[in-house]
Amino acid sequence: MSNPLVDMEKPDVIFCIGTNMTECHPVAATRLKKAIAGGAKLIVADPRRIGLAEMSDLYLPLRVGSDVALLLGMAHVIAREGLIDHDFIENRTTDSDAFLEHLVEFTPAWAEEISGVPAKDIETAAKWYGGSGKAAIYYTLGITEHICGVDNVQSLCNLALMTGNIGREGTGINPMRGQNNIQGAGDSGALPNNYPGFQSVMDPANQVKFRELYGKEIDLDKGITKVTALDLCGDEIRAMLIDGENTLLSDPDRAHCEHALKSLDHLVVIDIFPTDTAELADVVLPATAFGETDGVCANTERRVQRVRAAVPPPGEAQPDWWIICQLAKRLGLAGFDFGEPKAVFNELCSVSPIYAGLDWERIENSEYQWPVPDKDHPGTPRLHEEEFVNGRGIFSVVRYRDPAETISDDFPVWLTTGRRLQSYHTRTQTGRAQGIDYLLSEEALEVNPTDVEGWGLRDGGWCELSSVRGSVKVKVKSTNRSPRGTVFASFSFSDVPVNILTGSGYDPITETAELKVCPVRVEPIDAPGLET
Amino acid sequence: MNPPNSKQTETITLDGEEVTFTEGETIYEISERHRKEIPTLCYDPRLEAFGGCRLCVVEVEGSRNPVASCTTQATPGMVVRTGTDEIEKYRKTLLEMVASENRELDVDSLRGYASQELTTLVNRYEARTGRFIGAQSGTSNTDDKNPFILRDYDLCISCYRCVRVCAEQEGDYAISVMNRGFHTQITTEFNGELRDSACTFCGQCVQTCPTGALADKKAMRAVDRPGEIEKTRTICPYCGVGCSIDLLTKEDRIVGIHPAMDGPANEGALCVKGQFAFDFVHHPDRLTTPLVRGEDGDLHEASWDEALDRAAEGFRRVNEKHGRHSVYGVASGRAPSEAAYLMQKFIRVGFGTNYIDNCSRA
Repeated sequence: MSNPLVDMEKPDVIFCIGTNMTECHPVAATRLKKAIAGGAKLIVADPRRIGLAEMSDLYLPLRVGSDVALLLGMAHVIAREGLIDHDFIENRTTDSDAFLEHLVEFTPAWAEEISGVPAKDIETAAKWYGGSGKAAIYYTLGITEHICGVDNVQSLCNLALMTGNIGREGTGINPMRGQNNIQGAGDSGALPNNYPGFQSVMDPANQVKFRELYGKEIDLDKGITKVTALDLCGDEIRAMLIDGENTLLSDPDRAHCEHALKSLDHLVVIDIFPTDTAELADVVLPATAFGETDGVCANTERRVQRVRAAVPPPGEAQPDWWIICQLAKRLGLAGFDFGEPKAVFNELCSVSPIYAGLDWERIENSEYQWPVPDKDHPGTPRLHEEEFVNGRGIFSVVRYRDPAETISDDFPVWLTTGRRLQSYHTRTQTGRAQGIDYLLSEEALEVNPTDVEGWGLRDGGWCELSSVRGSVKVKVKSTNRSPRGTVFASFSFSDVPVNILTGSGYDPITETAELKVCPVRVEPIDAPGLET
Repeated sequence: MNPPNSKQTETITLDGEEVTFTEGETIYEISERHRKEIPTLCYDPRLEAFGGCRLCVVEVEGSRNPVASCTTQATPGMVVRTGTDEIEKYRKTLLEMVASENRELDVDSLRGYASQELTTLVNRYEARTGRFIGAQSGTSNTDDKNPFILRDYDLCISCYRCVRVCAEQEGDYAISVMNRGFHTQITTEFNGELRDSACTFCGQCVQTCPTGALADKKAMRAVDRPGEIEKTRTICPYCGVGCSIDLLTKEDRIVGIHPAMDGPANEGALCVKGQFAFDFVHHPDRLTTPLVRGEDGDLHEASWDEALDRAAEGFRRVNEKHGRHSVYGVASGRAPSEAAYLMQKFIRVGFGTNYIDNCSRA
């Protein structure tokens, strides 16, 4: 997030797109609710009539995967109506001319044609966002899990840059991170293109720095993403070490994943439960869990926070950091003589400019948000206040592209996927917490009531959901949350593995999977188990 | 002590001492800053002042009756006395009456974060006198079978903290009030079960309840478990918001969660997962020993030495046979940063490649 969580109570206009925040980041959503109670206007763009949409002043029900069109239409109106912040563009940005020229052809009428959002609502959204003193954007995987995920994010950046809605209280471009330490995993350098602290592996200065720090020649080229690595399993890639990820259920195209992992010569999984992925491993190493591990996590607002052990782990489970050190030592590697997590974190701080002002003691009270470049620095709750990391904010000329697969006679329905409030990811944890089943015990495909009738389905009955890649059986839930022609399922339940269906394409830059769009066919079936 | 960036030129006299205040500040807030121990039951610093319990009354010169300090803003020159004998007697009588309406006064602290507030005040004011004997207010809802929130309204004192926290903090408006006066009953719309209401089971009502009338059913399962309750500050293991929590443990067992009221990300808020979905940690499915795949194709328990040797040997073999670009590492987005840092170091130092990623792409 460019801005801190407390800023969520400050905007005049809130623009939420591709985020089901009341279910996926419920505590952050409580801050938005306070802003709304205080008079802020809420614009929500989402294919589904989610909880946020019910709370909104303006709801933009766009067709899945049409975000770029909607955002170009909004930018067009902002430019046409003279809602541009000329001073900001002049002093803080670059490449605005080409962008503004590019916008001319993308009228709201054009955007309506593609997104299905009425042109007049696109006009209103643009005028509200562009016309307010403080407007903030919030998004999640509904923006990034597309073949055009980067284009989507850049379209949002364009809106913020042209209206000067960044670098101030109550503004910003704010992605909500989905996992407790997904931010920290990136911060720590677990990326094919960056050393710790987002230092590019392609930068010669960084190459020298880490060669000296680690005493090892490291590739001058960036590595490959996990997505590519899975594609190459059994070919170039022969061994994998996977820590705490149920790849088989969380990644797109389950059949492909399963084939990939099975074709490895050697798979080692570190986890706390025998997940579907661990079942395929040659060696499974038991890790300590939440409440059993001392360490550090970074949250969605870049806040670096201590996690602490309160109880001993079961049996012989060990902390992840210890396990990896033991593996490294057995391979004769130097630099893995750590006796405690504190020493590991302090080494991370010493090699990462964004953590340079931090150490184990200083983060005791969760006070710091990175970057913290030195020990006298108070931390950075708000990014881009004076200048952007690379100097000026760059406008991007972005064009709309169709999703990797679009609906057809064979697969005439859009499937989109996500999470639900009461379950988390693949339910390795929430599925094992008592009481959660009382609130949510099974998956159900959300279908618009008119479609339920039109497709010969029954509320509470069963259907077969098929894509090019496979099919799953799932119960039907009739609900107005789904618009006509679009259905929704979560990827939480292993008995309804919707990742059998998804996986149509990937963003060419980030290789993030298009998990939010998948053409499917929905057919009524008898309840499984009752077939004779 | 004073809030930053505020002009403090005007003063009031607080228990004989001249003190400054900021426009809009209440007598209670000023007194808090000066560490006066004014008792409250309906007060929660996160919520709009309510003035319902009347325990926070103070004497203000010129007022005929004591005033509720939580709802009275200071005005220049005000002379306030927070703990005169008369005020203290008034507070004790109020507490005696409140106490007389409840089934019991001593509830287990596992019921909730604020559950001891009434008990503490009754003890401090020696209000267990039994001077008032009469009807009890509030009727427990024992029909609600939800596994998380006990609705033991026999203990309710109608402070409305649950109603207000649900509306003002959580924004769900799931809790409502039925009837008036002595017959006031906290409930949900249509007097139904929580599951059928707008309730999201975030637990904020439980944690703000000052009597344990709303209580954490999961934590209460550990009431009879031996051992003292200990608290450990940590971060919720679910989404990326990073809510601060206090783990409640008894010996080797996590028995409940309290939201950290001073947590920078959440300021006392949690969701159903952070509040109630903690017990996976002790689930019998947990992996407790290393496992190694045997000749028979199944995974078998192994010692750490055996498993680590086998794991390392596999990487060495693949590296030798297929080259260093044949090994790939996937770091966790769930484990702490030390794990991710060492994973990338393991791959970079071990194989000299950047063949490392985390699970953020799917």
